Amino acid sequence: MSNTLLLIAPLVYFLLAVPVALVAQRWRVLPAALIALGGVAGALASLWVLRESEVITLAGWQIAPFAQFSVRLDALAAFFVGVICLPAVAVAIYGIGYLNAAGADHQHAPPAAIDALLAAFLAAMTLVVLADNVFSFLIAWELMSLVSFFLVIGDGRQATARRAGFIYIVMTHISAGFLLLALLLLARQAGGFEFAQLRAATGGLDGWERNAVFGLALVGFGTKLGLIPLHVWLPRAHPAAPSHISALMSGVMVKTAIYGLVRVIWEFAGPGPAWWGGLLMALGAISAVLGILYALMERDLKRMLAYSTVEHVGIITIGVGAAALAASKGHPTVAALALTAALVHLYNHSVFKGLLFLGAGALQTGAGTRDLERMGGLIRRMPKTALCVLIGALGIAAVPPLSGFAGEWLLFQGLLDLGANVNSATIGLLVALAAGALALTGALAVAAFVRAFGVGFLAQPRSAGASAAREVPTSMLAGMALLAASVIAMGLAAAGVVRMVRPVTTGLVGTHATPALGEGNVFNAGWLSGAYAPWAVVAGLVAVGVLPWLVARLLGGAGRERVAPPWVCGVDLEPRMQYSATGFAKPIRLIFQAVIRPQRTVDVDRPISAYFVSSIRYDEQLHPIYERHLYQRGVAVLVGASRRIRTLQSGSIRAYIAYIFLTLLVVLTLTRLL
Amino acid sequence: MDWLLLALQIPLMLLLAPLVQGIIKTSKARWQSRRGPGVLQPYRDIAKWLSRESVASDQASWIFRAAPPVYAAAILFAALLVPTLERRSPLPAIADAIVFVGLFALARFWLAIAALDTASNFGGMGASREVAFAALVEPALLLVLFAVALPAGSTSFSAMVGDGWPGAAAVPAFAALLVVTIAETGRVPVDNPDTHLELTMIHEGMLLEYSGRPLGVIHWATQVKQLAFLSLLAALFFPWGMADAGSRAPLALLLGLLAWFVTVVVLGLLLGVIETAYAKLRIFRAPDLIGVASVLGVLAVMLTFVVEG
Repeated sequence: MSNTLLLIAPLVYFLLAVPVALVAQRWRVLPAALIALGGVAGALASLWVLRESEVITLAGWQIAPFAQFSVRLDALAAFFVGVICLPAVAVAIYGIGYLNAAGADHQHAPPAAIDALLAAFLAAMTLVVLADNVFSFLIAWELMSLVSFFLVIGDGRQATARRAGFIYIVMTHISAGFLLLALLLLARQAGGFEFAQLRAATGGLDGWERNAVFGLALVGFGTKLGLIPLHVWLPRAHPAAPSHISALMSGVMVKTAIYGLVRVIWEFAGPGPAWWGGLLMALGAISAVLGILYALMERDLKRMLAYSTVEHVGIITIGVGAAALAASKGHPTVAALALTAALVHLYNHSVFKGLLFLGAGALQTGAGTRDLERMGGLIRRMPKTALCVLIGALGIAAVPPLSGFAGEWLLFQGLLDLGANVNSATIGLLVALAAGALALTGALAVAAFVRAFGVGFLAQPRSAGASAAREVPTSMLAGMALLAASVIAMGLAAAGVVRMVRPVTTGLVGTHATPALGEGNVFNAGWLSGAYAPWAVVAGLVAVGVLPWLVARLLGGAGRERVAPPWVCGVDLEPRMQYSATGFAKPIRLIFQAVIRPQRTVDVDRPISAYFVSSIRYDEQLHPIYERHLYQRGVAVLVGASRRIRTLQSGSIRAYIAYIFLTLLVVLTLTRLL
Repeated sequence: MDWLLLALQIPLMLLLAPLVQGIIKTSKARWQSRRGPGVLQPYRDIAKWLSRESVASDQASWIFRAAPPVYAAAILFAALLVPTLERRSPLPAIADAIVFVGLFALARFWLAIAALDTASNFGGMGASREVAFAALVEPALLLVLFAVALPAGSTSFSAMVGDGWPGAAAVPAFAALLVVTIAETGRVPVDNPDTHLELTMIHEGMLLEYSGRPLGVIHWATQVKQLAFLSLLAALFFPWGMADAGSRAPLALLLGLLAWFVTVVVLGLLLGVIETAYAKLRIFRAPDLIGVASVLGVLAVMLTFVVEG
């Protein structure tokens, strides 16, 4: 009984918070406390299930003769409940101050409504990973999409938010359509809608059906994931929501699609042929590299973070693909290592991406802007926010010893393990390209977050808003500090996260990565002795960091420092002289222009003579090629077809009755014939 | 972990890095028919910087002050991972080749934000170029390391030190790592270590606002980085004369020290020759060269499969 309580506790808290938020509008601490409690309960439940390797199920509530509502908490679901619940706690605390603060970007929607929707959003995401049959899953999935849609559009007064919401709802329903087809195809073979029946029927699927299910699920989940080229909605919708919701959408919601993909590949349709994994690795690599390149070109901080989500989703997909490839080639330990890498990175990403979005919200609140070119100098005006964002930036840039590096280290090991065990030149090329793409992505991420932090927080303020910026309220700082501490903790205790994932890989692949991995706080990867011990690296860094200082002190006595204006060729320093965010990314834009295709127009006015320039106008834009070639054409076809169909809509009631009659006739004839 | 090896490698890296720099500079001067300042000049420079007062930008925050020690610590720690005297890394149980690359990313991150912190446009210019070129260098470096790690069966430097020229993959891997070393140490034809001309500078641009002791620490660390990359080249491709792993014989260690130093100096002279023989590339031609290194890296990884399979 108490076990069942474990399963539903977070759900109960989240669902309870919805009416409380609407009723107790004056005391916004109440729903926040309920959500935070639900988050803690969920995190504890997740840890308990992963520790005890127990599966808790709860079936019941017959919705319809053929559909009942059932939930199940196994290792995989428990892991994802943890992924949802840790950021949820921080977001709930942060939300108290954030929605009350002036200048926040929540688009005029009343705070109470956002609180209620936040609670519903968390409940829906939890339900998605707990759902144990097709109906529960699809209902939860749809609920998650709809609630987040409302959070994106706010009260609908902003045209950009409406447009973002529209694109989001269209893409998300295309995604849901593909998922419906995939699940119905599975259910037809299984003869039932329970996930248990789907699992049992896996053996009965022939190759064609497996591939069809995989293809449909890939498009369906890939859209939610934001894999390029299905990502068009993501950089529009994620930034449009209030920042703490963006944190959940980017940090957590996209991960539910990884959850679905993993379930389908390992439990419902797989293990499939090798090309599934290869395709996933290729798509992941493309998304990772393009995602970070587009992020580097953005000057809107939240859009930049959203593109960075596309990047990390790509990295996670590389890991899932490598695991699928290894599994289909019959190397379970390799698959376990790659899957561990993907899941560890997924967890880490949910934390540092959440933190950075909360930081973006703090900047909006404190400095009144999301535009990097209008920030600057904020490390003095908002020192605590700056420290939190710096930790998040170091984490996401994947430098040791913080959490981002641990995930990428594991993924490199997984790829090498795959290459070492599967001896084929094709897979060798795939591994080399994926590893190269991953390395390129990592280095570009350093560039992207040096740019975001350096331009946003350092040097001189670039606008009046930035020079009058104020530190944000304590609740917002507390939310950020919780996640910042997690970034550090999950970096140092990365082996603990690896141990947490063990039951998940054991459940899916049948084994976990080599026993040495994650033992005693050292990572010893698949083979001989590639090792990474975060604690020891920190100790070493501190030791050798103190050493040169000691030498310098011995050689030069006490350090003296004078403060003076920087050298700018003899004129007075102005904020305009600093490198702008656009200028900072210029070398990368030039180097990769064949890939990202910037379009620039420079208008130079020379009204008097060629030697006297009166003004220069510079405009540079990115028009991603797939948007033009893929989406605009698709939309044109769709609009054309709609126009033709519109002639049927005469508005006359008799015509409609005739349509109904004709449809009935056709259906009756068809059923008779078939 | 081997404390003896560690106790030897720390002073080795710290004390010999300026000497190697001095030898490269002097040899370059000779190639260019100059006398040069002498091989000990880098020591004098460092001593001078360390004893002078530092002038900080009035716009700079704590980032500017924290960056030099973090930069130096990350680089020195990375340098301790590379096998020098023995056929194993002094810290095999703590960090491997991937951490080695990660530590340089950490160093670069801090130096780049410190450069932006000064509010000077030169700092921004240097940081912007450094992170852009590093984005191309890092994949090449990792791919080379993987090409060596795959046949060795481990990313630990201890396992990766083979008998020298391990198979056909070694040729492209060596060429790629040579280009990476040139780029990472800021040498012609990618960067020019001897100039502050803003049209060409990359690494030096980030240091423009540093002076006195912090500047000395950064220069010293950069020389350690150069020695670490030369040692990496030596360990992966020319590990001749290295003592066997776990060997405690003083003679073997001494021989290892001698062999390592000669190899590193010869490789350093090669860098000097390259620097003299080639003109610096235009700044946006450099990515082509580094791109070639990445392609060579992919080729090297591919070759390990073809040769084995």
